Amino acid sequence: MAEKTYREAIIEAMAEEMRRDERVVLIGEDVGRFGGAMGASKGLFQEFGSDRVIDTPISEAAIIGSGLGMALTGQRPIAELMFIDFSGVCMDQILNQVAKVRYMLGGQVKVPLVIRTQAGAGKGYAAQHSQSLEAWFTHVPGLKVVMPATPRDAKGLLKSAIRDDNPVMFIEHKLLYNTKGEVPEDPDFLIPLGVAEVKREGSDLTIVSHSRQVLNCLEAAGELSRQGIEAEVIDLRTLRPMDFEAVKASVEKTGRLVSVEEGYPQCGIGAEVVARVAEHCMDSLDMPPIRIASKDSPIPFARILEQETLPSPRRIVERILAARKWTRHSQDSRLAV
Amino acid sequence: MRPLLSDHIVCREIYRKMRLIRRFEERVVELVNRNEIAGTTHEYSGQEAVAVGVCTVLEPEDVITSTHRGHGHLIAKGGDVRRMMAELLGRSTGYNRGKGGSMHIADLSLGIFGANGIVGAGVPIAAGAAWSSKIKKVGRVAVAFFGDGGANQGVVHETMNIAGIWQLPLVFVCENNQYAVSTRVTYATAGSSIAARASGYGFPGCIVDGMDVGAVMEAAQDAVSRARSGNGPTLLECQTYRFHGHFTAERALGIRYRTESEVEMWKRRDPVNSWGACLEELGYLNGAERDKLDDEVDKLLDEAVEYARSSPWPEQAEALEHMYVTRYPGLPAATSL
Ligand SMILES: Cc1ncc(C[n+]2csc(CCOP(=O)(O)OP(=O)(O)O)c2C)c(N)n1
Ligand SMILES: [Mg+2]
Repeated sequence: MAEKTYREAIIEAMAEEMRRDERVVLIGEDVGRFGGAMGASKGLFQEFGSDRVIDTPISEAAIIGSGLGMALTGQRPIAELMFIDFSGVCMDQILNQVAKVRYMLGGQVKVPLVIRTQAGAGKGYAAQHSQSLEAWFTHVPGLKVVMPATPRDAKGLLKSAIRDDNPVMFIEHKLLYNTKGEVPEDPDFLIPLGVAEVKREGSDLTIVSHSRQVLNCLEAAGELSRQGIEAEVIDLRTLRPMDFEAVKASVEKTGRLVSVEEGYPQCGIGAEVVARVAEHCMDSLDMPPIRIASKDSPIPFARILEQETLPSPRRIVERILAARKWTRHSQDSRLAV
Repeated sequence: MRPLLSDHIVCREIYRKMRLIRRFEERVVELVNRNEIAGTTHEYSGQEAVAVGVCTVLEPEDVITSTHRGHGHLIAKGGDVRRMMAELLGRSTGYNRGKGGSMHIADLSLGIFGANGIVGAGVPIAAGAAWSSKIKKVGRVAVAFFGDGGANQGVVHETMNIAGIWQLPLVFVCENNQYAVSTRVTYATAGSSIAARASGYGFPGCIVDGMDVGAVMEAAQDAVSRARSGNGPTLLECQTYRFHGHFTAERALGIRYRTESEVEMWKRRDPVNSWGACLEELGYLNGAERDKLDDEVDKLLDEAVEYARSSPWPEQAEALEHMYVTRYPGLPAATSL
């Protein structure tokens, strides 16, 4: 194992898969010599050349659509969308073509396409460059949606995504690229898609999250622990397919559910998690679930406003502590501070 | 020489505006480096002749749509540098009350329909404004600024076709600064030129020396007259160059994709200096007068920075304002933070 950044883990995952399988190609804006707007393809052009690391004009619809065409003709393309916000420009290709072609054609084709992109706020990029749109894609049958929180997960999940025969939206977080962590060096290190991970064990409540907010949840869990509350933090890692069994097992143990995400609150990932818990393990719940998301607004520019809209460790802790008064079984001492 | 260019006052004002844009951007770089401006900014330095040349021939009611590299267009169309600076610093006195930042500054009262964070996205909006003008017979012209990279967005092509069939009073101004981030225009553009694409849509297109404000003005004057008199759109491809990196931090990051000699070659054609020198030669402006104009510009910018710095931050509660014209019940979702 070696300590790597999230960015290095992404690059390494692509490099290893490109070495392993010459059908793997990378296509996108400034991904070549420049190394990608986030630096997440540095060195690949130098190693694999311009037939496999392909710079494009600013034409997202054509990038995704031709990625699909490449996938249908034997390649295993990784198409990079510089910001998830630009999916607006190429949504038809993702939604109506990539996601549906196998189904519509009665199973005649496979679509081994990875759409790599990055999301998230916190850099003052304002409303068109800061969104967390994972819920959009999670809504669509035919896609898989992956959102790693750590360098290790980024590497293992990206390698699995590239080897997957289905279209995968692989969504990185712009604030995570410089974060560091242990990353296995075995070229066959894979993390299967659709498997959540308990990032911290706890008995008092279950916090379900994904991507960068997992780090905030872990920080919040540390603070809660100092106050005598042990939170279990589950990182979904893959949003579709969603590992609901992991959530269920944890909620049955703790009796309390909190979901935390950076996307908009309405119809978000938390909404899905809470709905499934309500359907499948309502009886285990000792208190109404808590849903934490960004505020129900576009992301504003000014730092002071941007911070106001985003979840933070402090806010997670506050919401959880405030929720004690909602506890249904007042005799319950598990949340006693 | 055209009438406008024989007018001393107009010519000096052109110089003053170009100088203001240049010095504005230099302040922006300083403020970004001092961490007073968050997010990302894209300097317009080097391209001043295009914005000023085009906007000088527009009427106040005419409409422009801009890009991520929008400061120059805004200043050229009469934007108030104090409110622009306040917006960049995320203050409540900024054009967008701190909600937008560099990539979203707008002043509808001046016909500035906004910078834009999405490449190509402003172009169809200008077409809509042109359509309104045509239907209401108000004689207004719309100008869509976009880059050589933006020229490869599907929506730009769609809009050219629509403008062609509807004979809209619209001028497409492509600022070909030779690069889209790191991607060279020669790599990304099929066909002989961007201007040549206009013929496919049935209207004239021409290449203009975008480092020569006089040349830009003449071409823009023809295009705007055509539009205003009901003869439809024109595409101007202005050949220019950006003196800075794609975005401010690029220099600090040591990113290189242009040769020093290329940059130097274009800098020798500096549009601001060469116009100043030209006016001195013509006797429109002597050295002392030019120094005085330069000082006035710097003073105005000192004031702008001071105004921005001393302006209040937005109220945190404003994060949830300005979403809908009328708030609907339960809007700031209880489910958010
Ligand atoms: C739809 C879309 N794709 C990509 C981007 C990222 N991006 C921002 S500016 C830019 C380059 C634009 O090049 P050009 O149009 O030539 O304008 P310039 O920056 O040279 O002024 C890119 C790729 C974006 N903002 N929107
Ligand atoms: Mg350009």
